[in-house]
Amino acid sequence: MAERGRQVVTNLENPQTSDEIHGHDSASLRVNEVSKIFTATDGSLVHALDNVSLNIKAGEFVSLVGPSGCGKSTLLRLIAGLELPTSGDLHAGEELIAEPDATRGVVFQDPNLFPWLNVRRNIETGLVARGLLRTKGHEVDAFMKLVGLQQFAKAYPHQLSGGMAQRVALARALVNHPSVLLLDEPLGALDAFTRMKLQDEVLRLWRARGTTTLLVTHDIDEAIYMSDRIVIMTPRPGRIEQVLRIDLPHPRQRTTDEFLHLRGKILEMLHFAGGAESAET
Amino acid sequence: MSSGTTDALAPLHRAERERPAVRTSRRAISIKTPQPNSIRPLFAPTIAAGMAILIHRYLPNLQNPLPTRHYPFVLIVLLGLSPLLAVLYAAWPAARRWACEIAPILAMGIIAMCAWDLITLKSAWLPLPFFPGPDAVFTALADDWKRLLDCTWRSLLLLASGYSVGAFAGLITGVLVGWFPRVRYWVMPILKVVGPIPATAWIPLSIMFFPTSFISGTVLIALAVWFPMTMLTSSGIANVRVSHLEVARTLGAGRMFLIFNVAIPSALPNIFIGLFMGLGAAFLTLIAAEAVGVKSGLGWYIDMGRNYAEYDMIYASLLVTAVFFSTIMTLLFKVRDRVLVWQKGVVKW
Repeated sequence: MAERGRQVVTNLENPQTSDEIHGHDSASLRVNEVSKIFTATDGSLVHALDNVSLNIKAGEFVSLVGPSGCGKSTLLRLIAGLELPTSGDLHAGEELIAEPDATRGVVFQDPNLFPWLNVRRNIETGLVARGLLRTKGHEVDAFMKLVGLQQFAKAYPHQLSGGMAQRVALARALVNHPSVLLLDEPLGALDAFTRMKLQDEVLRLWRARGTTTLLVTHDIDEAIYMSDRIVIMTPRPGRIEQVLRIDLPHPRQRTTDEFLHLRGKILEMLHFAGGAESAET
Repeated sequence: MSSGTTDALAPLHRAERERPAVRTSRRAISIKTPQPNSIRPLFAPTIAAGMAILIHRYLPNLQNPLPTRHYPFVLIVLLGLSPLLAVLYAAWPAARRWACEIAPILAMGIIAMCAWDLITLKSAWLPLPFFPGPDAVFTALADDWKRLLDCTWRSLLLLASGYSVGAFAGLITGVLVGWFPRVRYWVMPILKVVGPIPATAWIPLSIMFFPTSFISGTVLIALAVWFPMTMLTSSGIANVRVSHLEVARTLGAGRMFLIFNVAIPSALPNIFIGLFMGLGAAFLTLIAAEAVGVKSGLGWYIDMGRNYAEYDMIYASLLVTAVFFSTIMTLLFKVRDRVLVWQKGVVKW
C-alpha cells in the first residue's frame, strides 16, 4: 500500500508539493468554542453547533460521525469558510477562516460538477480561477490519471456514473494542492462496492500526499476504516460527544475483532447519545 | 440493533440509493425515430408530382384562362429531381434515414400544392383576386425576384443590426439584474412597466426621435429583443445553483470568475430561450416597422402588395419571408445545439 502511494507521487512529477504541504502552516485546523445558530423559516432558532472545540494536526485524517442534525456538515462548512460562526473562531494554521480558500479543498456528497464543462475542464477549474492554467496546466493530466479518468477527458458530466463523477470532483479539489481536504459525505450516494473502492482511493491519495483530511460521514465502518481519529457528535444542540483514536495499522481489515469491537463501541455511544436515530449506519 | 430501527431507516437508505438513479433516467430519455421498414415512401414524391402535373395539364382552368408558366415548371423539376432520393438511398448509406424521413413530407407538400391548384385555378372555388393559384404566385416570384432579393437583403441588414444590439444589451442588463440585488431593485420596476409594451407601439415616437428610418428600425427591433432577453437571462443568473457557486469559491474563484465562468454558463439554457423569444419578437417588429416607417424590406413589399391589391405579390413575398425567417430560426437552433451540447439527454424543445 505504502509502495503504491509512493508510485503515485512519482507519477505526479511534483514531489516537492507534498513537502510543501507538510511544511505548510495552514495544514492544521483549530476550532475554538464555535457556536452556530440558524434561524429556521418559522423564526425559531436552531442551535446547529454549541460550543464546539477541536484541533486537527497537519496530515491527520479525522472523521465526523453522528446522526443527522448533529451539526457535522455545518462544522465542515464553517471550516471551509462557506459559513461564518455565530460565536467562536476557526483557524487554519495561524490564519482566521473568514471565507473559502483554495488551500482548503471541498468535495460534497453531490459531485457538483459543472455540467457545461467536460471532465478535463472541470478539473482545471481551480487553476483557471486562480490564473495558473498556463503554468500548472500540465499537471491536469497527472490528476486525471491519478483518479483513473484519462480516457474520459472529453466526456461531459451527464455521461458519467456516480462513482466517476465523484472521482472528477476529487481531482478537481486536488488540483489546487490543498493543504486541507474537506469531504462532506462524498461517498454517501454511491453503491457499496464503488464506495469501498473509492475509500481505498481516498486513503491512497491521503497517504501519498499527506493532506490533512476531514471526512463527514454517517457510515461508521467508513470512519473506522479510514481515520486516525473519529469525532462523535450528538444533535440538538450539535456537540462533540467523544473523540476516539483509531490505532489500527493500515491497510485495515473490515472484519477483524478489533474493527468490530470499535464498531460496536461507537454504535453504543451513538445509541446512548441519540436514541432511535443513532442507527444511522 | 433491533429490527424496528432497521425498518425505520429503510426509506432513508432507499432515498440515498435513488439519488444516482435520477441522473441515469435523465440520460435515458430520448425520442426514438421509427426505423424505416420499407423504401416505398421514397417514390411518393415522384408519384405525387406526376399526379399534380396530370391534373394541372388536363383539367380546364376556371379562374383565369391565361396559359400557365411557372407552376408546371416547378412540378417538372420536382418530378425530375425526386427519383434522386432513391438514388441517394442506394448510393450513400449515411443518407438513408434522411431520405426516408424527407420523402413522405415532400410528397405531402406536392399534394398540398396540387390541392391549392384545384381549389383556385381549376375550380375557382376560391375567388380572385384574393386567392391566386400556385401558378400566379410562382409567376409573381419569378417576375419580381430582383426586387424581392433586394428587399430580403435590406430586411436581413435591419434584423441583424437590431437583433444584435438588443440581444447584447439584454444579456448585459440580464446579468446585472440577475446578479446584483441592488440593480434588480432599481431596474426591475422599469422592466415590468416598459417591457410589456409591444415594440411596435413605439413606432410613431421612434420615427420622430431618430434621424434615419434604419436607426429607428434598429432601435425598435432592439427594444423588442431586449425585453425577453433581459427577463430570461436575469432569471437564469438568479437561479444558478448555490452549490456550484460554493464549489467554485472553494476552488479559489473571485467574483468575476463566479459571474463569467459559473453564472453565465449555467444560465445559457435560459439565455437561449430568451434569444428564441427575442427572435420571434424581432420578426414581428421588423415586418411592422418596415411596413409603417422604414419603406424598404419584406414588410414594405407585403404592404405595397396590399396597396396595389396585388395579392399574388403578397403571397410571393410571404413565401420568401417564410423561407427567410425559418432559415434564421434553423441557424439559431444549430447554434444552440452546438453550444448546449453538454445538455444532451435533457428533454429539448
